[in-house]
Amino acid sequence: MNAMNDIRPALRGAVPQPGFLTGSWLALRLAWRQLRSERARLASAIAGVMFACVLVFMQLGFRAALFESATTLISAMRADLFLMSPMTLASFRPETIPRVRVSQALGVEAVQAAVPVYLAQASFRNPETGKRRMIQLIGFDAEAGVLDLPGLSAMREALKQPDTIAFDTRSRPEFGPVAQIFAGQGPFPVQIGNREMRVVGMVELGSSFGADGNAVLSEVNFRRAVRERPQALVDLAAIRLKPGADLLAAQAALRAIMPPDVAVLTQEELRRHELRYWEEATPIGFIFSFGSLMGLIVGMVIVYQILFSDIAGHLKEYATLKAMGYSNGHLSRVVLGAAGILAVLGFVPGTIASALLYSVVAEATFLPLSLGADRALTVFAMIFAMCAAAGLLAVRKLRDADPADMF
Amino acid sequence: MENPVEIRDVTYAYGEGALRREVLRDVELRVAPGEIVILTGPSGSGKTTLLTLVGALRGLQQGSCRVLGHELAGAREAERVALRRRIGFIFQNHNLLGFLTARQNVAMALEMDGGTGEAQRLERAGALLGAVGLAEHTEKRPGQLSGGQRQRVAVARALVARPGLILADEPTAALDKASGQEVVHLLRDLARSRGTAILLVTHDPRILDVADRIVAMEDGRVVGDGSAQAVLG
Repeated sequence: MNAMNDIRPALRGAVPQPGFLTGSWLALRLAWRQLRSERARLASAIAGVMFACVLVFMQLGFRAALFESATTLISAMRADLFLMSPMTLASFRPETIPRVRVSQALGVEAVQAAVPVYLAQASFRNPETGKRRMIQLIGFDAEAGVLDLPGLSAMREALKQPDTIAFDTRSRPEFGPVAQIFAGQGPFPVQIGNREMRVVGMVELGSSFGADGNAVLSEVNFRRAVRERPQALVDLAAIRLKPGADLLAAQAALRAIMPPDVAVLTQEELRRHELRYWEEATPIGFIFSFGSLMGLIVGMVIVYQILFSDIAGHLKEYATLKAMGYSNGHLSRVVLGAAGILAVLGFVPGTIASALLYSVVAEATFLPLSLGADRALTVFAMIFAMCAAAGLLAVRKLRDADPADMF
Repeated sequence: MENPVEIRDVTYAYGEGALRREVLRDVELRVAPGEIVILTGPSGSGKTTLLTLVGALRGLQQGSCRVLGHELAGAREAERVALRRRIGFIFQNHNLLGFLTARQNVAMALEMDGGTGEAQRLERAGALLGAVGLAEHTEKRPGQLSGGQRQRVAVARALVARPGLILADEPTAALDKASGQEVVHLLRDLARSRGTAILLVTHDPRILDVADRIVAMEDGRVVGDGSAQAVLG
C-alpha cells in the first residue's frame, strides 16, 4: 500500500498527457489516416451511410408529406372554429352534422359568419382517356371567402354558374391534362359521377394520401353533383369570429349551446385531429417510422462491420499502441472518430442524392416533399447517432488488443 | 542512481485452482542504468512473462517490481499506462502502422506526450530515423521498406521518447543474420549514447555479444546471471 502511495503522484507527473481537445484531434487524425488508407473499404462504408441517409430522408419525407398533404385543405381554410361530427375520423371520409347547427352557431355573440362545407368523393372521367378515378369534391359558398386557394378569388362569379367546377392543378396526372385543355380552349365539359359539369378555372391545393385530386365547387353545384346527399346535412361548418373576439371563450360558448352530435374545434385542433388519424388509426405513420428505423439499423450494421473489421485487421497495431502508452479511452476515441467521419462523409452525398430524389418523387406523386434545414439536421443527428452506436459496439473489439500478447 | 529495473521475489501464475500454473518463481533481477541485459532460456522458461511484467503490460501478483523508480505492485491500469510511455518497446514483428509513413510511425511514440508539439515530434522522429540510417526513407510507408529497415524504424520509435528503459522481444527473429546484427548493434550504440538500459529476450546466439550481462532462465527461475561465457559456457 505504501508502494502505491508513492507511485501515483510521480506517475501523474511523469509525462504530461495531451489535453482533451488535442487528444481528440490526434485521435480524429489517426482515424482519418486509417480510413483513407483503404479506399475501397472507405467507399463501401460511405455508400452504406449514404444508403441509410437516403432511406431515412425518403421515409421522413414521405411521412411529413403525408401529414402535410392531409392537412392542406384545413390549413387553406380561413376560419377560427369548426363544427364537425365527433364521429369523423378524417376529412376524406367525413360523418355529417345537421345543417341546423350552422344556423345555431350564429346565435353566439362572437360569431360573425358560419359557412357550411361539403366534402365527398365522386368519380371523375379523364377527358382524354375516359377512365374514371375518384376525386374529392369540396363544396362551399363561393361568396363566403372561407377557402383561400391560389386562383380561387378570381373565379367566384364563374363558380356560381350551374354545374361548374374549379379543378385542382396539383391533382394526380391520372385525371388527365385538364389544366392543359383549359389553358388551350378555356372552359370545357367533364363528367363527375353521372353529371356533366364544366371546368371554369384552376386552383392549387395538392393531392394527398386520402385524395388523388380535388375539385372545388359551389354549395349548390355540390348538391347537384352529389345528389344522394340530403340537403339538411353538412360535413363541416367553418366559423369566423368577429374581430377581437376571444377564440377560447367563443369555443366554450359554442360548446355550451351545441348538442353532443357536434364537436367544436379550433383550426389547430382540427389539424391535429386529422394528423392523429394518419398517425394512430392507420399503419402509415408507423410504417414510415419503421422504414426509417430499418434504414438506420442497416446503416449501423454496415458501419459496425467496417469499423469492426478495421479493428480486427489492426489488432496488433492497436495492441502496440497500448504498449506504447495509448489508453483504451484514446483508442476508443479513434474508433468513434472514424464513426463520426463516416457519418459526415456519408451524410453529404446522401443529402444531395435525397434532394434529387425528392424533386423526382414530388414531380411524380405531387406530394409536398421538401428538404428543409430542420429535416437535414434531424437526419444528420440520426445518422450521427447511428454511426456512434456502431462505433460504441465496435469499440468492444479493442479489448482483444492485449499489449501483453505482443511479446 | 536508481536501477531502472529492480525485481524482488516475483512469482507469477496463469490460471486458477487446479489449472494454476506458475511460470515465475521468486525471481530476482536488477538492471543498471545503461546496462544491456539479455534474457535467455528455453521456451516456457518465463522470460517473456517477466518482460511483460517489467513493461507494465500485466498486473503484478506477488513480489516487488520497481521500474524507472515506480513500484508496480498494486499499480492501477492508468498508472501502468502512464509508466509505459517512459519505456521503449521493440517487438519480434515491427508492428508499424501500415498507413503511416516511417516518420509518422516514429512520431506516434511522442503523441501521448502533451509537452511535445507536432513540429517537434516530427523533427525528433526525422532526426532519429537519420540516426538509424533511414534519412532517405522518412516518408516511405512500412510496405515500401525491407524487413531490416522496418525493424530499424521500430528501434527509432522505441528510442524517440528518450526512455530510461527499452524492452525488446526477439528483435532479430524475423531478420537475416546481417540485418539482425545491424539492428542490435544500432540499438546498443544508440542506447549507450543515451544511457538507456536494455532488457532483451532472445534465442539468437548471434547477438549475445551486445550484452553486458546474460540472465538465463529455466522453469520460471533465474538459473544464471553473468557474462556470456560464465552463463552459457
